[in-house]
Amino acid sequence: MEAQCINILETLAPCLVRGGMDPGLAQFLSIAAGVLIVSAIPLVSVIIFIWIERKIAARVQDRLGPNRVGPFGILQNLADAVKLIIKEDITPAGADRLIYNAAPIIAMLSVILIWGVVPFTPVHIGADLDIGVVYVVAIGSVGTLAIMMAGWSSNNKYALLGAFRVVAALVSYEVPMIVALLVPLMLAGTMSMQGIVEAQQGMWFVVAAPIAAVIFYISNLAETGRAPFDLIEAESELVAGYNIEYSGMKFGLFMASEFLHSFTVNLLFAIIFLGGWSGPFVHQLPILGVVYLAIKSLIPYLFTIVLRSTVPRVRIDQMMAFNWKFLVPVSIINVLLVAFVLKIIQELGLSPSPENVHDFAANVPQAVILLATNLLMGLVTLNVLRNAGRRERIADQARALRTAEQRDSAIVPSAS
Amino acid sequence: MLEFNPQLIVFFLFAILTLGGALGVVTNRNLIHGAIYLIISLFGGAGLFVLLSAPFLAAVQVLVYIGAIAILIIFAVMLTRSMTSMRELYNRQWWISAVVAVLLFGLLVLGVIGPVWVADEEASQPVSDLVATTQDLGVALVDGNQYVLPFEIASLLLTAAMIGAIVIAREDD
Repeated sequence: MEAQCINILETLAPCLVRGGMDPGLAQFLSIAAGVLIVSAIPLVSVIIFIWIERKIAARVQDRLGPNRVGPFGILQNLADAVKLIIKEDITPAGADRLIYNAAPIIAMLSVILIWGVVPFTPVHIGADLDIGVVYVVAIGSVGTLAIMMAGWSSNNKYALLGAFRVVAALVSYEVPMIVALLVPLMLAGTMSMQGIVEAQQGMWFVVAAPIAAVIFYISNLAETGRAPFDLIEAESELVAGYNIEYSGMKFGLFMASEFLHSFTVNLLFAIIFLGGWSGPFVHQLPILGVVYLAIKSLIPYLFTIVLRSTVPRVRIDQMMAFNWKFLVPVSIINVLLVAFVLKIIQELGLSPSPENVHDFAANVPQAVILLATNLLMGLVTLNVLRNAGRRERIADQARALRTAEQRDSAIVPSAS
Repeated sequence: MLEFNPQLIVFFLFAILTLGGALGVVTNRNLIHGAIYLIISLFGGAGLFVLLSAPFLAAVQVLVYIGAIAILIIFAVMLTRSMTSMRELYNRQWWISAVVAVLLFGLLVLGVIGPVWVADEEASQPVSDLVATTQDLGVALVDGNQYVLPFEIASLLLTAAMIGAIVIAREDD
C-alpha cells in the first residue's frame, strides 16, 4: 500500500517523494530523522528534568534552588554541563581503561534505547515492536551491567562495594516489576506499546489494576535508585557508590542517565497504566498526544521527586526483605487473582468485545469487578501486615522487658 | 554471487561480534574481560535473532543471558578475588572440552547442512511460510499437542533448582 502524503509531521517519507525525491532515499531520511529526534529529545529534556527536581527539592527543604542563571535559574544546568565538560578527565591508576570508559556510555544507552518504543502519539513511535514490553525490560537490565562495569573497573573498594549492593538490589526488584507488568499485558492482550495504549482508550488500566500499578511504581523507584531506595548513591556510607572515581563528563553521563531513567520509568508508567497519549481530540490532531503523555508522566514524576526529598533511606537488609517477603509474594498472588477473575469475567461475557473497547461504558463492568478484587486483596494484605507488625512489636517489647529485668537483677546485688 | 545489501552488512557485523566475542572468551586470561566478551558474543547472537525475524528470542536473549546470567557470572567472579587474575590459560581438562566442542560443531554443521544437501522439491517450503510469530511460539508452549509437557517439565526443573538454591544458602538454625 502506498502511503499518502497528508501532513509533513506524520508522513514525512511520502511527502518527500511527492516533492520529487527518490523513494529509497526518502525512506532513509525519514527513519534517520526519527532516530535523531527520538534520541535527542531525552538528552535535551534531561536538562529540564534536573532543573525541575532541584527546584522542587529546594522548595521542600525551604530553599529557593537555582535562581541565578536565566529566568528562574532554568539555564543553571547548561552552565553545569559546560563545567562538567571542561573539567579535567581523570582515569584512576590501575583502572581497566576500556571498561572504565565504556560504562557511562552503556548506562546512558540503556535509558535512551527505551525511548525507541515509546508511543508519543497514535502515529509517532520509533518502532512498534510486537514485544515492546519485553524489549523495555531487556534494555533496562543492561543498565545493571553498566553499574557493574563501572564499579569493577574503577579499582576502588568503595566503588566495588557500591556496585555489589546496587546490583543485588536491582536484580531483585526486577522480579516484582516484571510480574506486576503481566497484569496490564493480560488486560491488553498484547505486548506492543501502541497496542497497550489502544486498549486503554475506554478505561485506564490504573483503575482495573491498582495493585499492579503501585507495585510497578515502587519497584521502579528501586530500579532507578530513588528514595527511599537510593542506596545507589549512599553518600554517608559508601562515599558515593559505584561512580565515585568518575569525573567530568563521564560522571555527568552517569548523573544524567540516572535522572533520565527516573523520568523514563514514569513515562512507562503513564503509557502502561495511565493511557499514554489518549485524551480528547487526539485522533483529529495526533500531536496533542505528546502533550497528554507529558502531563501524565509528569504527575507520577513530581510525586517521585517529592518522595525523594521527604523520606529517609532504608537499610539494604530492609530493602531486600521488603522486596522478597512483601512485593514478590503480593505481585504473584495479584497476577494469579487477576488472571482468574479476568477469565471468569470473559466467560460471563462482561468484558468489552474488540469492537467496543474504545467505549467507556462497555469497559465499566470489567473495570469495576477487577477494582473490587484489587481492593479486597489490598485490604487482606494490609490486615496481614498489621497483624505481623503487632506480633513483631509485642515480641520486641517482651525482649526489652527481659533485658531490663536482667539489668535490674544484676545491679541490685552489687548495690547492697 | 552474493548480492550486496544492507542486511548482509548487518549480518556480517553481528557474525563478527558473535565469533569475535566467543574467541575473546576463550583466549582471555582476565575472567571479567572474558565475561564482557561473552556479553558481546551474546549480543551478536541477539542481533542474528532479529535478522531472522525472531524479535522475541532476541529480547529474551538480552534479558536472560545478558541481564541475568552474565551479570551473575561477573558477580561470582568478583566475589572470588583469586579468580580475577588467573595465570594459566589452560587447565588439565582442555582436551576433553576440545573433543566435546569439535563433536558439537560437527553435529550442528550436519544439522544445518544436511537438510539443504538432500533437499527434494516436495520437502522444501518457501521461507516465508516457515516464519513463526511470537504468538505461534506462545501457543506452541501451552498447546496440548505441542510443547506443553516439555514446557511444564522445564518450569518444574527451574522451580526445583530455585528451592535447592534456597536450601543450600539457608543458615542452619
